[in-house]
Amino acid sequence: MEPDYNTLQEFITHTKGIAYLLIAVALVALPLFWRFLTGRDDKKKTF
Amino acid sequence: MGISRRQFFGWMTAAIGSQVAFRPDAKAASNKHFTGYPGSMGVLHDISRCIGCRKCEAACNQVNSLLPPDRPFDDLSVLAQKRRPHANSYTVVNRFDLAGRQLPVFVKKQCNHCQEPACVSACFVKALKKTKTGAVEYDASLCVGCRYCMVACPFNIPSYEYNNPLTPEVTKCTLCQPRIQKGLLPGCVEICPKEALTFGTRDELIQIARQRIQEFPDRYVNHIYGENEMGGCNWMYISNAPFADLGMSEDLGITPAPALTSGALAAVPVVVSLWVVFINGIFAISKRKEQVAAEEKKTAVDQALKTEQTRLNDTVAQLKEKAKADQEAAVKREVKKALEDAAKQAAEIQTDPPEASPQSSETTQPGKQESE
Amino acid sequence: MTQSTPREKTVLTPFNVISGIIILIGVILTILRFAKGLGGVTNLDDNNPWGIWIGFDLMCGVALAAGGYVTCATCYIFGLKKFKCAVRPAILTAFLGYALVVFALNYDVGRPWRLPYPIFLSQGTSSVLFEVALCVFLYLTVLLLEFSPAAFEWLDWKRARHIIGKVSMVLVIFGIILSTLHQSSLGAIFLIVPSKLHPLWYSGYIAVYFFISSIFAGMSMVIFEHSLVARFLHDKIDKEHDIESQNVALGFGKAASFLMAGYLMIQVIGIAIDNDWKYLGTRWGLWFLVEMIGFVGLPAVVYAIGVRERNIKLIQRTAGWTVLGIILNRLNVSIIAFNWQLPLNQRYFPSFPEIMTTVFIITLGLVIFKFIATRMPILYAHPDYPDDH
Ligand code: SF4
Ligand code: SF4
Ligand code: SF4
Repeated sequence: MEPDYNTLQEFITHTKGIAYLLIAVALVALPLFWRFLTGRDDKKKTF
Repeated sequence: MGISRRQFFGWMTAAIGSQVAFRPDAKAASNKHFTGYPGSMGVLHDISRCIGCRKCEAACNQVNSLLPPDRPFDDLSVLAQKRRPHANSYTVVNRFDLAGRQLPVFVKKQCNHCQEPACVSACFVKALKKTKTGAVEYDASLCVGCRYCMVACPFNIPSYEYNNPLTPEVTKCTLCQPRIQKGLLPGCVEICPKEALTFGTRDELIQIARQRIQEFPDRYVNHIYGENEMGGCNWMYISNAPFADLGMSEDLGITPAPALTSGALAAVPVVVSLWVVFINGIFAISKRKEQVAAEEKKTAVDQALKTEQTRLNDTVAQLKEKAKADQEAAVKREVKKALEDAAKQAAEIQTDPPEASPQSSETTQPGKQESE
Repeated sequence: MTQSTPREKTVLTPFNVISGIIILIGVILTILRFAKGLGGVTNLDDNNPWGIWIGFDLMCGVALAAGGYVTCATCYIFGLKKFKCAVRPAILTAFLGYALVVFALNYDVGRPWRLPYPIFLSQGTSSVLFEVALCVFLYLTVLLLEFSPAAFEWLDWKRARHIIGKVSMVLVIFGIILSTLHQSSLGAIFLIVPSKLHPLWYSGYIAVYFFISSIFAGMSMVIFEHSLVARFLHDKIDKEHDIESQNVALGFGKAASFLMAGYLMIQVIGIAIDNDWKYLGTRWGLWFLVEMIGFVGLPAVVYAIGVRERNIKLIQRTAGWTVLGIILNRLNVSIIAFNWQLPLNQRYFPSFPEIMTTVFIITLGLVIFKFIATRMPILYAHPDYPDDH
C-alpha cells in the first residue's frame, strides 16, 4: 500500500487543515441544532 | 495506506494540543529514550534458510516437556494448514506457497520477545515480565486469566488453556529462559539443521542480519522484521520473500506498546485533580445560585409582606378612622335627633303636657349606650 | 399483612416462571463452566480471547450503568432538583449493574478467585485494565454506600442512615470522578491494539468517545428504565415520581440529544485527524455509518423532535433506540471490528451457552431489581425522609 503522505509534517498539515474546517462546521452546526432542540421551549414552558 | 497512519499515530497525536488529557502521547512530549536491557539476547530467523522440517517444533515440545502432539512432528502434511501457537505448542512452522516461486517459503512462529512488549504492558498483575536476558517471562502464580495480554499482543502469540477448569495458564515461548540461564542454546536453535536460527545478543544479530542482506542483496528483502516493529523485538527475521506475503503484519507501526496507552494513563491523575476542582466549582456555583435565589425570594416575600402589612395597617387605620367618624356622626345624629325630639316634645308638652316625660327618657337611652 | 394471601397465589406469574427457568439454565451453565473450563462452554479461542462476556457483560454493562453518576451529577452537582426522584432508581440500577459486571467477570476470567490480585497483591500499573479494575472496585463500594440509605430506611436503622447522609456529597463527587476514569478507560483499553481494531473505531480519542457516550447512555437508560418501571411496577411509584419522571425524560432527552450531536461531531473529527476517509467507502465504512447515523445521528434528531413536541412516548422509545446504539458501539469496538483482518473462519461468534449465561445474568439483575424496588423506598419517598429523596 502506498502511504498517503511521506512526512509527518505533510500529514499533519493536511489533516489539521481539514480539522479546522470541521471545527468551523461544528461551531455553526451545533448551535443551530441547539436552536432546533429548544425552539419550542418558550411557547410551552418546560425548564 | 494504513501503514503510515498507524506508524505516525504516536507522534501525530502529539500535535493535537486541545485534547491533552486523553491523548496517548505522553512519551512524544518528552525526549526520553529507552533502549532496553543492554546485551539482551535474541534469535535471528533467516527465513530463506528454513526448510520446514519441524525439528524445532519437536525440540521445543521436548525441552518444555509438553504433551505429545496429535500427529507426529515428522508428519509434514500438517504444514498444509496455517497454524498459530497454541496451549500445547509454543512454536509452529508455516508453509507459504507463493505465486511465481518454485520452492515454498517456511516461517517459524513463536513469541518475538518484544523490547517493549504489549503483553507485559497490558498485564494488570505483572504476571508477564521483560527480563534482562531478553526473554519475556510468565509467572502463572499471579495470572488471573483476564487474557488482556492475548488481546494486546500484536503478533497473536499468547495462548490460553481454555480447557483447564481450575488452573488455566497463558502459554507462550519462553526463549528457553531456563536453558539460556544455564548457558545452553534454546532448544529450537540448537536442533535446527540449517542454521536458520541464530542465537546471540540483539545487537550482534542486527549486525549479522545487515551483513547477510548486504552480501546477498538479490536474495533478501531489505528489511529486518522485528528491528523496529512495535518498538523492536528480540526475535527478528530476514526473508527472501516480502513479509506481508508470509502472514507477517507490516502495519504494526514502530510505536512501542506502552507509549500507546501512556497518554491515557497520564490523564488519570490530571482528571482526578481537575475534576475535584471542577465538580466543587460547579457545586459551589449551583449552591450559590440556590442561595441567591432563596435570598431573592426571601427579600421579595419580605417586601411583599411589608407592603401588604403597611397596606393592611393603613386600611385598618382608615377603617378605624371611618368607624370613629361614623360613631361620632351617629352620636351627633342621635343627639340631634334627641334634641329635635325633645324640642318636638317640648312643643307638644306645651300643647299636650301629660304624655311628655316617658318619651323623653327613652330617646336619651340609645345615645348613652353608644357612648359607652 | 392481609395482602399476603392473595400474593401467595400469584407466585406463578409469567415473569416468575420465565425468570425461574432462565435461572435454572444459568445454574447448570455455571456448573458446566467451572467443571469443564472456558473451553467447555464458550467459543473463545487463542485469536479471540474476549467474547460477549467482556464485550457485552462488561463493556455494555458498565456503559449502561452510567445512569448512576450522570443522575447524581445532574441533581446534586448541577443542582437540578427536578431530577431528584431519578436518583435512587438510577443508583440502584448502577449498583446492580456493576455488581453483575463483577459477577459476570467471575465467569470470564480463568481464575476468578484471583480477581482481587491486581488490587491487593500485584499492581500492574502500566495496564489500562489495572486502572479499570481499581476504579470499578472503588466505584462499586461507593455505589453500595450511595445505595445504603434506601436499605437503612427499609431496615429502620436510623443511626446508620444519619451517618451516611452526612457523607453523601463526598460519595457523589467520588462517584463522578471514578466513573469518568473507568468509563473512558474502557475505551483506552483498546489503545494498545492499533493493528487489530479497525481504523474507523480505533482512535486516539477513543477514551473521550467512551466517556461522552457513557453520559448519554446513562441518560437514555434512566429514561428507558422509567418507562419500564412505569409499566411494570406502577403501583410502587408515588405520584410525585410519576410526574417528575416526565420532567426527567424531557430534561435528559434534551441533554442526550445535544450530547449525541457533539459526539457525532468528534467522531467525524476523529476520522479527519487520522485521515481515515478512505475506509468510509468500504464495507466496514458502511457498517460504521450504520452505527453513527442509524444509532447516533437519527436518535439525536428524534430525541430533539420528542423534546420539541413534549412527546414523552417518543422520547422513551428513542431512549431504547439509543441504548441499542451504545450496545452496538461497544460490541463493534470489542468484538465486531476487533480482529477485522482475520479471515472469516477465524472470527468469533458467541456460543449458545455464552449467550444464555449473559441472559441469565441480565435476568438475575431484573429479579433483584424487582425484589428491591418492591420493598425498599426506591420509587417512592420514605415517610420519615420525604426530602431526602
Ligand atoms: S510477541 Fe506478543 S507475547 Fe511475545 S513479547 Fe511480544 S507482545 Fe508479548
Ligand atoms: S491473562 Fe494473565 S498474564 Fe495475561 S494479562 Fe491477564 S493476568 Fe496477565
Ligand atoms: S526458544 Fe524455546 S520455547 Fe521458544 S520456540 Fe524455541 S524451543 Fe520453544
